[in-house]
Amino acid sequence: MLNRRTLLAASAASLAAPKILRAQSSTPIRIGEINSYTAAPAFTLPYRSGWEMAVDEVNAKGGVLGRKIEIISRDDAGTPQNAIRLAGELVGDQKVDMLAGGYLSNVGLALTDYALQNKRLFIAGEPLSDALVWSNGNRYTYRLRPSTYMQAAMLVEDAAKLPAKRWVTVAPNYEYGQSAVKWFKLLLKAKRPDVEFVTDQLPPLGKIDAAATVQALAEAKPDAIFNVTFGGDLTNFVRQGNTRGLFENRAVVSVLTGEPEYLDPLGEETPEGWIVTGYPWAAVQTPANKSFTDAYQARFKTAPRMGSVVGYALVQSIVAGLTATGGTETEKMADGFGGATFETPIGRASWRKIDHQSTLGAFVGKTALKDNKPVMVDWRYVDGASVLPDDAEVRKLRPAT
Amino acid sequence: MDVVLLQLLTGLSGASSLFLVAAGLTVIFGVTRVVNFSHGSLCMLGAYIGWTILTHLPRDPAWFVAGVLLTAAATGLIGMALEMTLLRRVYRAPELFQLLATFGVVLMVQDITQWIWGAEDLPLPRGRWLRGGVEILGGRFPIYDLALIGVGPLVLGLLWLLFTRTRWGTLVRAATFDREMVSALGVDQRMLFTSVFALGAALAGLGGALGLPQASANLNIDLTVITDAFVVVVVGGLGSLVGAFLASILIGVLQAFGVLLLPQATLVLAFLVMAVVLVLRPNGLLGKAQATARSASIACLVRPAPTALKLFAMAALLVAITAPFWTEPFLLSVLTEALISILFAASLHVMMGPGGMPSFGHAAWFGIGAYTVGLLVGAPLPLALPLALLVAGLIAAAFGLFVVRLSGVYLAMLTLAFAQIVWAIAFQGVSFTGGDNGLLGIRRPGWALDAGNFYWLTLGVCLGGTLLLRRILYAPLGYAIRAARDSAVRAEAIGLPTNRLRLAAFTLAGAAAGLSGGLFSYAKGSVFPTYISIGHSVDALLMVLLGGVDSISGPIVGALAYTGLYDMLLRATSLWRLVLGATIVVLVVAFPEGIAGASQRLWHRVRPT
Repeated sequence: MLNRRTLLAASAASLAAPKILRAQSSTPIRIGEINSYTAAPAFTLPYRSGWEMAVDEVNAKGGVLGRKIEIISRDDAGTPQNAIRLAGELVGDQKVDMLAGGYLSNVGLALTDYALQNKRLFIAGEPLSDALVWSNGNRYTYRLRPSTYMQAAMLVEDAAKLPAKRWVTVAPNYEYGQSAVKWFKLLLKAKRPDVEFVTDQLPPLGKIDAAATVQALAEAKPDAIFNVTFGGDLTNFVRQGNTRGLFENRAVVSVLTGEPEYLDPLGEETPEGWIVTGYPWAAVQTPANKSFTDAYQARFKTAPRMGSVVGYALVQSIVAGLTATGGTETEKMADGFGGATFETPIGRASWRKIDHQSTLGAFVGKTALKDNKPVMVDWRYVDGASVLPDDAEVRKLRPAT
Repeated sequence: MDVVLLQLLTGLSGASSLFLVAAGLTVIFGVTRVVNFSHGSLCMLGAYIGWTILTHLPRDPAWFVAGVLLTAAATGLIGMALEMTLLRRVYRAPELFQLLATFGVVLMVQDITQWIWGAEDLPLPRGRWLRGGVEILGGRFPIYDLALIGVGPLVLGLLWLLFTRTRWGTLVRAATFDREMVSALGVDQRMLFTSVFALGAALAGLGGALGLPQASANLNIDLTVITDAFVVVVVGGLGSLVGAFLASILIGVLQAFGVLLLPQATLVLAFLVMAVVLVLRPNGLLGKAQATARSASIACLVRPAPTALKLFAMAALLVAITAPFWTEPFLLSVLTEALISILFAASLHVMMGPGGMPSFGHAAWFGIGAYTVGLLVGAPLPLALPLALLVAGLIAAAFGLFVVRLSGVYLAMLTLAFAQIVWAIAFQGVSFTGGDNGLLGIRRPGWALDAGNFYWLTLGVCLGGTLLLRRILYAPLGYAIRAARDSAVRAEAIGLPTNRLRLAAFTLAGAAAGLSGGLFSYAKGSVFPTYISIGHSVDALLMVLLGGVDSISGPIVGALAYTGLYDMLLRATSLWRLVLGATIVVLVVAFPEGIAGASQRLWHRVRPT
């Protein structure tokens, strides 16, 4: 039956046919990238520098599959509804071959659902929510950063060695904070049945009442503190904690605090000896990191942040997936990315077939002050693969597969 | 006991910080009646300017005080410039219109600040004295926080002296009480307004700079501060300094104990307090009933559209109906969203324009509709959509009982409090709303999967709904609602039940917004708490104000202009906030009666009727 749609489709196809033939070799592979550039500039601006540098490097070497790559970038202004609309624009108007990006977990999940509904590939860079690859995971979505679960698992290893028995937690009141606390408690109790958690503080994200929170935590008289706050909340928390003596003679285990974007603003008030995940960019002397940090500083005249690595590695991981797939057809990429291995400035990683999580790891170490500037010391790189649950557990967590 | 005392001191120090930012806002509102959204931005500028000044000064107490005062002076000058270049031009515009202008400023300041100071948080290196603490009751209490407890009352005292012991202060109090009379007695209002605005801005800058030892200068200060400050000002009673002081102590102390006893509640505690206070005392703790300003614009008559407009509307409708045949899929999805925005804006217009009840929390109804659809997994669309309307309407009717007793900014803030409570339920109710991760995977039935079919459904529902609202405004009910707005006393004298009429308008607005929210869920395939965020409520407000409150076609024009502009700029430039803010400011100055209102005026000038 002929209707307007098939007619349109037929005429469009006949017009476009020669173009498609040409496209195979000369047109670039287009990646639609969406992130919270205005809502979270401290992370996303270095992130943009990172992927810009990676794209230029890949293209200078001739691109991938004989084609250059091109990123069309959009700002979601921090809301999932914008992200979905822009995804529609990138796919429908800009004809991108895949989607990538994301910073906030809810934006990441919105795009995950978009990918499923519209059968498009989505490579999430930063969003940490476990739901992205587990409870809401689908065949079209991959995620690069170590998840909330992985970050907590990395820290638990060191936390379990502490003598501390009485713990308190402080985490921003949203999914990331809540699940970080949930996993940390679960994993630590598995290793150390003798610990108890006495108080949970859940300040609203970006609006911590640091004085009252610190006072309430001190009141619980804990041996150790698990902290998930970051950014402005962390700065306020540390300042009040320092003046009120909260951290004296107490162990603190803290997620992401070693990342330069969150560590640097603590300045000379950085508390020493916190066990953190992060990125000691200046100290890691591997050739991959050295050449990345040198090139980055030469080009942008500023130190790389964690965001820079995520942006850079995102492009590397996509290039590896494309190479493994050998084309840009969505269904093939959805299968083909799985198992692809890629190099990043901080280490080699691969895309897992089982849940589409990458095995990219993070550095675990301690905070310290060097020349009155915050640094990470006693660090080691923890491979993401080593902290993920076993396959049977993952299948339970990921109902879609 | 020690716990209670330490937490009390902590709360009092927090209260001082709250009071400092709220004081400026309440002073400005009292005299100029401007709902100054940019107050938070001035506070943020105070923090950044303070950071720049203080990092160049020696780290001891005397220099700290000097630096903070210098910062306050600098922000005062910025406020003065703002008043002279922008606000002065829009004082005569309808109520709340200045809000639009100051919102444009908020957007611009965000980009400008990031451009000058960069994206990363700037912490002020603290001297030893700023880090010190004193032993109180076995706990260590920061000296700075202790000093801050004294700063609040000190500033209150100085302001009291200024307002009661100087001629300028007497004039300001007179203007707060009766602006027109002061003007009639020959007092230069311009000078008075400019100086009051400068004082308010200086207080904002003072608050921003004094926050530096506790928090970094960062790009989120503006929005955090503005909501806090509004809550304090409204709880205290608009224009009342002592009220603001009491309110900040109430909220600061409750906050401190809330953290101790029920940490999750901190998300909405301040808004809960505000809701309770407003329900019990419709004018805040110490506020007086607002005297209706005599110069209030006499609302223009609602006239049927001229023939030319009708023809134009028919042509536009034809274009809209045929859109699926000639547009790209993406443009179609943008149009679908624009249609939903039209109904959303039109629903707010019903209560804000003819109903005379401005709302800062209209997204609540949108969100309730959206979550109704999201939670009714598996319910067929023809059932779920009417239910979205019904649920939102019913909740609006129940909540409206409290709202319609209030007026003006108090009413608007009570709707905001309710929206924040709904938001917190959606945000916190992880087990049934999915928390901030939202509800995913809302699927449209087979026939509506096609973008074209869904577009036609949206077109039918949204235009139908908007036209129905319009029809109601021309019906006797609509005339009665307007009568209740324009002169409640006379309306009651001829037997109109004004409160019930207002409730009807409120319910109607809530139900229609719920319907638009339900459609939005289907359009996006997911629901998030961001649908209920303050930002989304402000969007609705901007659309109505931009289009023009006094014109029936205002919300339609406003919704199309705002969503179109926003979407275009978001994709075109990374400096979209600067450009959008500047555009809003220019529109506000050029069309103080809104776009539709201005076109109406121009039309009547060309074709006198």
